[in-house]
Amino acid sequence: MHWEVVWNNMGYFLLGRFPDGPVGGLALSILLAVGGIFFAFWVGILFGLMRLSKRWYVRIPSIVYIEIIRGTPLLLLIFWFYFLSPILFHRPVPEARSTLLAFTVFTGAYCAEIVRAGIQSIPRGQMEAARSSGLNYTQAMTYIILPQALRNMIPSFVNQFVSLTKDTSLAYIIGVQELTRAATQVNNRTLNAPAEIFLAIAVIYFIICFGLTQTSRYLEKKLSYKTSGMIHRKETDLLNEDLSVPS
Amino acid sequence: MNYEFNWMIVLTGEYRDWIIQGFIITLKISGISILLSLLIGTFITTLRMTRIRIFEWITISYIEFFRNTPLLIQLFFWYFGSYYIFPEKINQWLYSYDYEFAVGVVSLTIYTSAFIAEEIRAGIMSIPKEQMEASRATGLSFIQAMSYVVLPQAFRIVIPTLISQFLNLTKNSSLAMTIGVMELTYMTRQIESYSFRGFEAFTVATLLYISLSLIISLTINIYNKKFLRMIKY
Repeated sequence: MHWEVVWNNMGYFLLGRFPDGPVGGLALSILLAVGGIFFAFWVGILFGLMRLSKRWYVRIPSIVYIEIIRGTPLLLLIFWFYFLSPILFHRPVPEARSTLLAFTVFTGAYCAEIVRAGIQSIPRGQMEAARSSGLNYTQAMTYIILPQALRNMIPSFVNQFVSLTKDTSLAYIIGVQELTRAATQVNNRTLNAPAEIFLAIAVIYFIICFGLTQTSRYLEKKLSYKTSGMIHRKETDLLNEDLSVPS
Repeated sequence: MNYEFNWMIVLTGEYRDWIIQGFIITLKISGISILLSLLIGTFITTLRMTRIRIFEWITISYIEFFRNTPLLIQLFFWYFGSYYIFPEKINQWLYSYDYEFAVGVVSLTIYTSAFIAEEIRAGIMSIPKEQMEASRATGLSFIQAMSYVVLPQAFRIVIPTLISQFLNLTKNSSLAMTIGVMELTYMTRQIESYSFRGFEAFTVATLLYISLSLIISLTINIYNKKFLRMIKY
């Protein structure tokens, strides 16, 4: 066994050539995942709300987007954006940025489904009560429905973040210097320890993803315990105090 | 956008044949893998349900480890590492067959079986505990009770999620191109590098994947409407 290959290259796995060169390795994987989930969150809210709209010309584009993206492999999407973005932006786009775009579009579709399910899980009475107390649709959404729905969605978003972290390994294919790329580079250089290298990389991914999965399970338990009481308290609060919402 | 589409190039001649071959291999690799991972997933769940401590530990670590590591890393691990892990005889036997395809099937099976095991467990948990107790009380052994009473009911409930796992598996099989399995994504990539007609090839591949996914989700919907409402608890 040649475990020293793994230890000697650990810095390269974790940070790439960071102090002297661009960020790479695990740090870049995490940056891609965090950036992806951040942008996908807003895409998801937008398309999730569009999906629930009563107007067909708002709803249909959202359904088409969600169905197309959910039916396409991420790998194919990464290729699409790799070849499309120079044409779209009229200049060469760095690989990391075009994959970030692919991750955003891909995860956004899944986030839209999470948002839809989260909003539908809020009892209809909440919306009716908010509307009848004088709020318009946008106000009721932003001040009443979304704050409650988002709290329920947190575990699903964490799960989505876990699968996005795993999916950042696909950025390898167009040459982004993230963890998987670093591993294959070290493997091509040393040639005598592939099993050790890939096992070590798998363990690195596992530590991050398993930690997050456990967090999401903990949150799920804690939130489901709290929410029932929370909604009840909210309702009574609304009854007792003046609505401090700008109208 | 100054790009002239030339659809005929991917819809006729050699390139069309490549796409068809690739699509067939995609279907083949996902078909074989889903059958194997169903078997392994059921086996793992049954082991876990025995409530014997050591089996529980083994199955939980299997499920958690393979669910929480990227498929790409698993592919590379089996592809590059198998030479160092397995004895000489097995390697020789593997190399005499289609080695890439075999590694693809093994990785996809192990990855998917971890997900399927969790789903079957959820299905079994949704079967009331009394079913198991009653069948044990009538004199069936644990394995008999599982295979004749609990699993048949659980499967009816989990079939929709299993079908969507099959859809995920089909999409994941595109990763097998990284180790040189000539499936649909590999072929479109090859057409792109031979002819610079990337967009046409990618469009055709995307449409194929999407139509597969639409057919599968249609099947789930029909199943849910026709059969699932007949099951009552």
